[in-house]
Amino acid sequence: MDLKEKLVSSFMAFENNVDLENPIHDIRSEAIKNFETKGFPSKKEEAWKYTSLNSLQKVDFSIFPKEENSLEYNQVKKYFLHEIDTYKIVFIDGIYSSYLSETTHDGVDICLMSSALTKPMYKPVIDVYFNKIASKEESLTTLNTAFSREGAYIYIPKNKAPKKPVEILHFATGNEASLMLQPRNLIIVEENAELQVIERHQSLTKNEVLTNSVTEIFAAKDAIVDYYKVQNDTKDASLIDNTYIAQKDKSVVKVHTFSFGGKLTRNNLNFFQNGEYIDSTLKGVTILGEKQHVDHHTLVHHKQPNCESHQDYKGIYGERSTGVFNGKIIVDKIAQKTNAFQQNNNVLISDQATINTKPQLEIFADDVKCSHGCTIGQLDDDAMFYLQSRGIPRKEATGLLMYAFANNVLESVRLPELKKRINKLIATKLGVRLGFDL
Amino acid sequence: MAYTEEELKKELETKEYEYGFYTDIESDTFPKGLSEEVVIALSKKKEEPEWMTLWRLEAFKGWKEMTEPEWANIHYKKPDFQDISYYSAPNKKPKYESLDQVDPELLDTFKKLGISLDEQKILAGVAVDIVMDSVSVATTFKKTLAEKGIIFCPISEAIKEHPELVKKYIGSIVPPKDNFYAALNSAVFTDGSFCYIPKGVRCPMELSTYFRINQAGTGQFERTLVIADEGSYVSYLEGCTAPSRDENQLHAAVVELIALDDAEIKYSTVQNWYPGNKEGKGGVYNFVTKRGMCERNAKISWTQVETGSAITWKYPSCILKGDNSIGEFYSIAVTNNFQQADTGTKMIHLGKNTKSTIISKGISAGKSQNSYRGLVQVNSRAENARNFSQCDSLLMGNECGAHTFPYIEVKNKSAQIEHEATTSKIGEDQIFYCNQRGIDTEKAIALIVNGFSKEVLNKLPMEFAVEAQKLLEISLEGSVG
Repeated sequence: MDLKEKLVSSFMAFENNVDLENPIHDIRSEAIKNFETKGFPSKKEEAWKYTSLNSLQKVDFSIFPKEENSLEYNQVKKYFLHEIDTYKIVFIDGIYSSYLSETTHDGVDICLMSSALTKPMYKPVIDVYFNKIASKEESLTTLNTAFSREGAYIYIPKNKAPKKPVEILHFATGNEASLMLQPRNLIIVEENAELQVIERHQSLTKNEVLTNSVTEIFAAKDAIVDYYKVQNDTKDASLIDNTYIAQKDKSVVKVHTFSFGGKLTRNNLNFFQNGEYIDSTLKGVTILGEKQHVDHHTLVHHKQPNCESHQDYKGIYGERSTGVFNGKIIVDKIAQKTNAFQQNNNVLISDQATINTKPQLEIFADDVKCSHGCTIGQLDDDAMFYLQSRGIPRKEATGLLMYAFANNVLESVRLPELKKRINKLIATKLGVRLGFDL
Repeated sequence: MAYTEEELKKELETKEYEYGFYTDIESDTFPKGLSEEVVIALSKKKEEPEWMTLWRLEAFKGWKEMTEPEWANIHYKKPDFQDISYYSAPNKKPKYESLDQVDPELLDTFKKLGISLDEQKILAGVAVDIVMDSVSVATTFKKTLAEKGIIFCPISEAIKEHPELVKKYIGSIVPPKDNFYAALNSAVFTDGSFCYIPKGVRCPMELSTYFRINQAGTGQFERTLVIADEGSYVSYLEGCTAPSRDENQLHAAVVELIALDDAEIKYSTVQNWYPGNKEGKGGVYNFVTKRGMCERNAKISWTQVETGSAITWKYPSCILKGDNSIGEFYSIAVTNNFQQADTGTKMIHLGKNTKSTIISKGISAGKSQNSYRGLVQVNSRAENARNFSQCDSLLMGNECGAHTFPYIEVKNKSAQIEHEATTSKIGEDQIFYCNQRGIDTEKAIALIVNGFSKEVLNKLPMEFAVEAQKLLEISLEGSVG
């Protein structure tokens, strides 16, 4: 039985465990119908031209973990941003771990999707926001919607800011030979509120894991949201991340994606600008080796005038890795005075590595400033010579230059501890001994 | 009088015969529709050798199994391929008796382009008592070319007279089953140009289809084959700046360029077919497949100025097969009113030290849509490949659109690829500056557009460049409120 059939048939088993009276269930039934008709996307579709899901579909993933597993904090401490205090929402094999988590209802709601979906007190919010911007057409998003039950739920009311950042962690313990996870997150940041989130998916064994995650983020007027995705999973874990962000007037949303690990990673990052004077930032660092594959698929849809968007993706590809960047900017007819910038720089360090990039502009307004730049090249010979002439061996010099190349994306990271962490990750990934402590 | 059944049957039989296919073989226009018989008949009509007929049939077989591509960023009513007549002899009868009968709007354009009266007459289809000048010019040209061993003739003639060359190269760059429209063209192409430059010869003049008298009315399925042998050079011009009121709605041409070792081909196109009226009705569909192959140290340079056609859909490409080969693409695409253009290039780097440059300028006005779609591919064995791409779009008015779809696929670490794209409008301060110095807005815009497209215009042969510049002005006339 292929994965699609298995998923469709397990929907019935899933129905036994959820409240069918809940109006959410109508959304789920609608979604599974869409997935059933469309199935997994194939390479024939323009959006999936460079990424094949065929090998994943051959794996016999178990869709519901059979038993619960627990982890000791010490086992997984290194995956947390343990230097500072954070709110934590932790899932082990898709099941919430209250032992490792630290949630709150003190002024803000940082808790679980499962309770938000079932408890009446959240209903007004769920009615307004749940599945409102997530695509009802895209098959993998609807697949997630169909099985949506668990994930993180964050609600920050007007003029509030949680005392500390929020970490969302998903651990896969390898209880099952192969596991498919479908977390669903909903984040609402109300007027003039602020939020910082760090999201991470981590597999702890060599067993295969496939995560198909959907996150919806709503940023109201003047809201500020920083979202950091740390993707440094094992080489048996694959991730399909679908993030949808709707912004209102003068809100500022930044998403940073750090892709260092994983077997196959696909990031579908969609921004919808539904107001004026909005600022959207999308940044990413990708450093790959072995046979890894990362596909960044971004969309910024400028729907109102006077907005800005900034995209900056850097990639370093070694060994037999493949990188894809497909950045799309749409500027609607009424979105005059839009400033949209897109930058994608890549370095190939191996002859077996491949980079496919397609920066795309669709512009319907005339008074705009839109530009995109894309380069694929090598490290600067002059810079190399400079370093070598000062006694730095070639290998170290290469590392240093690559480090510098990737590092400037980090400038906009506002959590110093995270910045430090990522810096170290980049250095390790590139095999550089920096010789100075960060 | 009532029919008996027998009579009716008889009549139907004769009717079928009357309009049936084979009776028409002698006439100059084929009935509408496309089938194997039409392809055979067409080939027979052109007195082609058997291998050519078989080649066409093979292409037709492939075409039948293909479906029309839909991926381009254009919207149009698909042509009905059974509603087209695939052969009609050039219409010898003049359309008009004198210039007075010609659409004054057309004449106005001619005047602006500075086209001589005689030429105007030919272009508009007015009866002319043989243009002595042109004929003599053509014959002198032919003589000079023949002395150098250059073959420049209609492709139908080349099929008969130089079969070894045609057989070797036709379909080698654009295979008959390459794509839907290339297959259609391969099956039913009526005529086109053939050009061969021998080893080490530098063609002394710009070869132009414009000078070739017998070129007139080659119709909608044109086939061009240009072969530059080792160390040779040729500059080839296609099209002309004058607007042609072509009745054929669908144009599916195929152009193949072959640049052997150390050869250089410069191919310039100016296309100004009927773009449809201001409401977007009518207009030519221009679906062209153009591709060139570069051997060692060879260079192919495409330059195009696209202002006409309701729909333009073409991607002149270079396959950089040989080491050190160079591919260039310079393009200006102007769309106004309801025109749609989806154009760009493909640079396939296969050899070592290959270089390519892409400069694309899109100007959209009115309610038009203008897209750049390009591919830069660097194969894993293409060491030190270098590409520079720049696509700039200029938007005039807020009802048009500009789109860019650049695909970049790199499999070699020594490659250096740069891509840049910008979209902007004509700045109010630029216009103000011109106004302030006594230049009216319309002129100012022409000036700015010219500056915007200068990089590409400079690549055109001199005479063409002057005309193309004027053409830009005319195409954008009245697009500024």
